[in-house]
Amino acid sequence: MTAFAVEVRAVTGETGGLRDEVWQALGTVRDPELDESITDLTFVSEVEVVERDVAVTLRLPTYFCAPNFAYLMVADAYDAVAAIPAVGSVRIELLDHFASTEINAGVAERAGFVAAFPGQARDDLGALRLTFQRKAYLAAMERSCRLLLGRGWDVDELHSAQIFDLPSGTEKTSLLQRRADLGLATDPETYLMTDPEGERIKQADIGLQLRFAKATRVSIEGNGTMCRGLLRVRYGTDTEPGTMSGVAPRESLLADQKGVR
Amino acid sequence: MYRKDGESYYIVDSHIHFWDGGPSNQRNRYGTGFTGCFYDYQRNLSPAEHVWSLEKFGNYTEEDLMHDLFEVGYVDKGIFQPTYLKDFYINGFNTTERNGALAEKHPDQLITNGAWDPRDGEAGLEELEALHQRWNLKGVKLYTAEWKGESRGYKLTEPWSYRYLEKCEALGIKNIHIHKGPTIYPLDRDAFDVADVDEVATSFPNLNFIIEHVGLPRLEDFCWIATQEPNVYGGLAVALPFMHSRPRYFAQIIGELLYWIGSDRITFASDYAIWQPKWLIEMFVDFQIPEDMQSEYGTITTDIKKKILGLNAAKLYDFDVPAECRLSSDAPAGEAIGSDPVSVSV
Repeated sequence: MTAFAVEVRAVTGETGGLRDEVWQALGTVRDPELDESITDLTFVSEVEVVERDVAVTLRLPTYFCAPNFAYLMVADAYDAVAAIPAVGSVRIELLDHFASTEINAGVAERAGFVAAFPGQARDDLGALRLTFQRKAYLAAMERSCRLLLGRGWDVDELHSAQIFDLPSGTEKTSLLQRRADLGLATDPETYLMTDPEGERIKQADIGLQLRFAKATRVSIEGNGTMCRGLLRVRYGTDTEPGTMSGVAPRESLLADQKGVR
Repeated sequence: MYRKDGESYYIVDSHIHFWDGGPSNQRNRYGTGFTGCFYDYQRNLSPAEHVWSLEKFGNYTEEDLMHDLFEVGYVDKGIFQPTYLKDFYINGFNTTERNGALAEKHPDQLITNGAWDPRDGEAGLEELEALHQRWNLKGVKLYTAEWKGESRGYKLTEPWSYRYLEKCEALGIKNIHIHKGPTIYPLDRDAFDVADVDEVATSFPNLNFIIEHVGLPRLEDFCWIATQEPNVYGGLAVALPFMHSRPRYFAQIIGELLYWIGSDRITFASDYAIWQPKWLIEMFVDFQIPEDMQSEYGTITTDIKKKILGLNAAKLYDFDVPAECRLSSDAPAGEAIGSDPVSVSV
C-alpha cells in the first residue's frame, strides 16, 4: 500500500513547499476506527494548492462507511491543514460517500455534527472519539506487552513493567502517542499495564485484560485489512481497474480559481 | 453434505439471500450504492474464479442459487435471512416473501426466517404474527442500520424492540439474528456497538441471539459479551472468507473466537451470494492454525469443524442430522476459556 500511496501522491503534481506541509499535516490525521493515518490508508486522493489556498479530496473504502467516522476524518483534516500558518483558505471534500454533501457542508461551515445531520444525531462526536482512542490504546498496550513477552518476560511479570522497559521503536512510539491522546502519563516510570483511564491493572486481572486487549488489536487490524482491500477493489490499482462503486466523475476543486493547479 | 478423508460433515448455511439488487429494483442512489458495496465485498475476499459480473451479482437466478448451494456447494440446509431495505429498493432487497417462495419450492433444503422493525409499532406486531402464521418462522433477521424515512436505524434496547422480542418469545420464534450496519439512531453513536445485544440477551434467556459477522468490526466486544451470555452466538459470514487472502489473519479471528466462546456457539454462514459455500467449506475443512501460531491458539479439530459447519446451527433450528455426520458420543463439549481464564498464552 505504501507504493500505492506514493503513486497517488505523484498524481497531484509538483512537490515542495506548501504542498509538502499539507501532506505532512494530513499524515497526522488518523482514521479513528482503524487507528492508522489517512495518508497511509490512501484515503487522501488529491491535494491541490493554488498560491495559499488548499483543497484536499478524501475517499473511503465504501459508499456506506459509517458517517460519524467519516465526519471526524474530514473535520480533523480541515483542522490539520488550517493549522499550517502559510495556508489561506481550506477546503476538504469527501468524495463518493452517501453523506458527502452533509459532511462536507458541515465541516466547511464549522457547524458540528449535530447541525450537519439535523434530527439524526443528538450529540457531537467527542464520546465516539474517546471510545475509539481507548480501543486504540488497548491495542497499542498489547503490542508493547507482546514485545516484552517475546523478549523473555512472563505474563505475571508484566504487572511490574514500566514504560522504560520498552525498547525504542514503533511499539513504544505508538503507545506513548495513544497515551497522550487520552491524557495519560507518558513518563518513563509509568506502569505499562494501565487501563484506558490510567488505573494500574491488578495483578490478578492481567491475564484477562491482556487477552481482551489482544482481541481488540485483532479486531482493529482486521478492519484495517478489510478496508484497504475494499478501497483497492473500489478504486483499482496499477494492474486492476476499480469497480468504481458509487464513484462520481469529478473536477478540480480549485479549477475556477485562476485556472492553474 | 461434505465428505473428506473419511469424515462426513453436515452443512447448514445459516445466512443466505435471494435478493433482487439489480438496477430495475434500485429505488435511488442508496440502492445502487448498497449493491455496489456488497459486490466489492465479493471481489475483495473471493478467489478469482468465484467473482461474478456486477450484472449477475444484482440479479442471479433461482437456478444459480440451487446450483451454488446444493449441486456444487455441499449445503444440506440453507436459512434465508431477509433484509428488506425498502427505502433503497422498490420491492425490497430480499423480503421474507421473496425468499419464502423459494423455500416453499424446495422445502427439504431451504427455510426462510422473517424480520421485524420496532419502528413499525403496533401494526408491525400484527404483521409479525401474520408472517409467522404464513411461514412458520423459527427465526428472524434484524438489520439495525435499516433506514426508514428520516430514521437511520434503531437499538434493541428501545421499548418497542422489547415488545417485538416478547412477541417472538410468545410465538416460539427463538432465533434472533442481529446484523449491525454503518448507521443507527442517533448517528453520533457507534452503529456497530453490540452492547444492546448484551442487555436483551440477559432479558430474554429463552431466545438465542446470533450476531452476524461475529460482531466484526467489533470482534472484541462480541467476544466479551458472548463470554458472559450463554445465549449469544456468532455467525461466521465476512470472517470466514479471510481464509483465502489472509489465512494468518483468519487464524487469529477463529483463535480468538474459540478462546472466548468455545466451539458450540459459532455457526457457518456464506452470506450467499456475496460468497459461495463451495470454496468456503472446502477451505475451512482443510484449514489449520499455522504451526508457529499453535502455541498461542492450539489447533482446530475435525469435531470443531463439524460443529461449526452444521451441528451448532442444526441444534438451533432442530434439523435432523444424519447419523454419519454426528459426533461420537464421547466428544468433549466445546469449552469457552474466556469466561474462566485460568491460563493465558499471548
